[in-house]
Amino acid sequence: MSTAIDLAEVPLRQLNQVLHDAESGGFDVLNPRGAHAVACGITTNVTVEVAGSVGYYCAGMHQVGTVVVNGNSGPGLAENIMSGTVRTTGNASMSAAATGCGGLVVIEGDAGARCGISMKGVDIVVGGSIGHMGAFMAQAGNLVVLGDAGADLGDSIYEAVLYVRGEVESLGSDCVEKEMRPEHLAAVRHLLQAADMTASPADFRRYGSERQMYSFHVDDIDAELAEGAGAVK
Amino acid sequence: MTSDTWHQRESYSFDRNTIAEIRRAANTGIYRIRGWGAKRVLPTLDDLVFLGASMSRYPLEGYREACGTDVVIGNGRAEHPVHLDIPVTIAGMSFGSLSAQAKEALGRGASAVGTSTTTGDGGMTEEERGHSTKLVYQYLPSRYGMNPDDLRRADAIEVVVGQGAKPGGGGMLLGQKITERVAEMRTLPEGIDQRSACRHPDWTGPDDLAIKIIELREIVDWRVPVYVKLGAARPYYDTALAVKAGADAIVVDGMQGGTAATQDVFIEHVGIPTLAAIPEAVRALRELGVHREVKLIAAGGIRSGADVAKALALGADVVSIGTAALIAIGDNDPGYDAEYRALGSAAGFWEDYQDGTDPAGITTQDPDLSARLDPVIGGRRLANYLQVLTLETQTLARACGKSHVLNLEPEDLAALTVEAAAMAGVPLAGTGWIPGTSS
Repeated sequence: MSTAIDLAEVPLRQLNQVLHDAESGGFDVLNPRGAHAVACGITTNVTVEVAGSVGYYCAGMHQVGTVVVNGNSGPGLAENIMSGTVRTTGNASMSAAATGCGGLVVIEGDAGARCGISMKGVDIVVGGSIGHMGAFMAQAGNLVVLGDAGADLGDSIYEAVLYVRGEVESLGSDCVEKEMRPEHLAAVRHLLQAADMTASPADFRRYGSERQMYSFHVDDIDAELAEGAGAVK
Repeated sequence: MTSDTWHQRESYSFDRNTIAEIRRAANTGIYRIRGWGAKRVLPTLDDLVFLGASMSRYPLEGYREACGTDVVIGNGRAEHPVHLDIPVTIAGMSFGSLSAQAKEALGRGASAVGTSTTTGDGGMTEEERGHSTKLVYQYLPSRYGMNPDDLRRADAIEVVVGQGAKPGGGGMLLGQKITERVAEMRTLPEGIDQRSACRHPDWTGPDDLAIKIIELREIVDWRVPVYVKLGAARPYYDTALAVKAGADAIVVDGMQGGTAATQDVFIEHVGIPTLAAIPEAVRALRELGVHREVKLIAAGGIRSGADVAKALALGADVVSIGTAALIAIGDNDPGYDAEYRALGSAAGFWEDYQDGTDPAGITTQDPDLSARLDPVIGGRRLANYLQVLTLETQTLARACGKSHVLNLEPEDLAALTVEAAAMAGVPLAGTGWIPGTSS
């Protein structure tokens, strides 16, 4: 049985303190009305269901358990998530799952700009489309997009892996399309299953780093000439 | 007939360093990257003097009477404010840019005299947490190594918007310092040339920052203070916006502030000097009615107790040191002069922190070089140095008749140059003239 906490009656501070102090159990958050920082910093195996839309940083730095937003989510949903699961049944605004280090973030609708920016190991599954600069400087983890991706996908990407079923408006610097091998089909299948979404892995295309920006290019004309002069001698 | 010296006179515009840099650029095709801070001539706190007590002022006995040095940051909002015994802290410097031994030495030295040290771009190490009784956790655009467990272990959180060496720029750590441990902490491939983000990934302006600060406070259950660090660029406006965003303390880092690796053009040509930045930040705090409530931490080129006292007199509550702290624990040690020369420099001049070849074992990840730095001895040297800074600050404060170093005020100062008078807002020495004011 879940415990109901009504944000129309108690302040945000009280909600988060209850969630931080709880060792387990289920909680229903009522009347979020776009509140910021709802259910952020959870460290224990609780299940939180939010009845409505939330503002910035819902489930920020989430570590254990599950948070489900039955509505839309504002910027920075599940930012820096470490583990556990965060789901929003509607759309997510910019920077969803930004810098996430682990766990699973599911966005059933669309995600705004910079979805998965600087992601560091999180898995993100988006049922709809994502905005521009998705996975900017993405370091590790997987981003699965069932819809389309906006401009400059994967700009300056490191080792994260991006799967997009629909159209990609443009790829950012150092991001290229790569072959979908059997292990990638299996990875997409697994991620879709984890997100409880249905699609054919074969319909996705994979994108990742060309690794051309990993190091500065440094010329050395003088050394080249000296070497040439040495060869003449 | 023309003399030989005529043919060897140096061009002011194209001096030997300029010519060498043009040749280096033409050879390599890459901008110069280096450590340290601005090396150009700048208006500094040296351009101010204390007036001291005389007929119209009453000094305190220099060796006997109490002169307080403690500062509390975060009183009012945080359940556990930061209590500093001295008004000098250690600035954020990352593990990665510095060796684990250097981070430990900084923690040991700061803790010995009751002040704080700060993490950097790359996360918190056990070495620094274990040896720092007061540790400030930096929250940076890259979020490298960002971990909520470490956030909760911190004594304060510092949201880094910018730093004095490069306002508007991100961090940099070249491949030779991205070792296995550093790479793992930052979730990066080993050996790459890391270029950090310059703006935060999940907020874009002061209104967003206000919400971000609430989130951080919620995650740590409002236990510790939140600082905002700014590279000195537009300190009046930036300080006002940081106050509005809810900061407990604002760090303003002038352009003399150091770095482990940044483009030289950035270090020397972006930002404003510490002398110019402090009064503008104080003006914003005063106008908002929060001066001494929201604490101002001044940084960038602080070297001596005179610098500390002058920064406090201008209205700062605390100063922060980086380069000076590294020198105190052994950076540019003359004992390694031969090795510095082998690297093309000399003790007292070496700035190539980016290379990871530091003979003193401080700005390196090389295990053999790092092992040269004894963190216990380094910590003792830093503690001694911090003690000297404090004693010097007290000496000057007592000479001005102050029973606490925070009682120093602009009225205790005069400027030696018109520029310093204008920047500091204190009279040109021997006159009552403050440029820009009607009198």
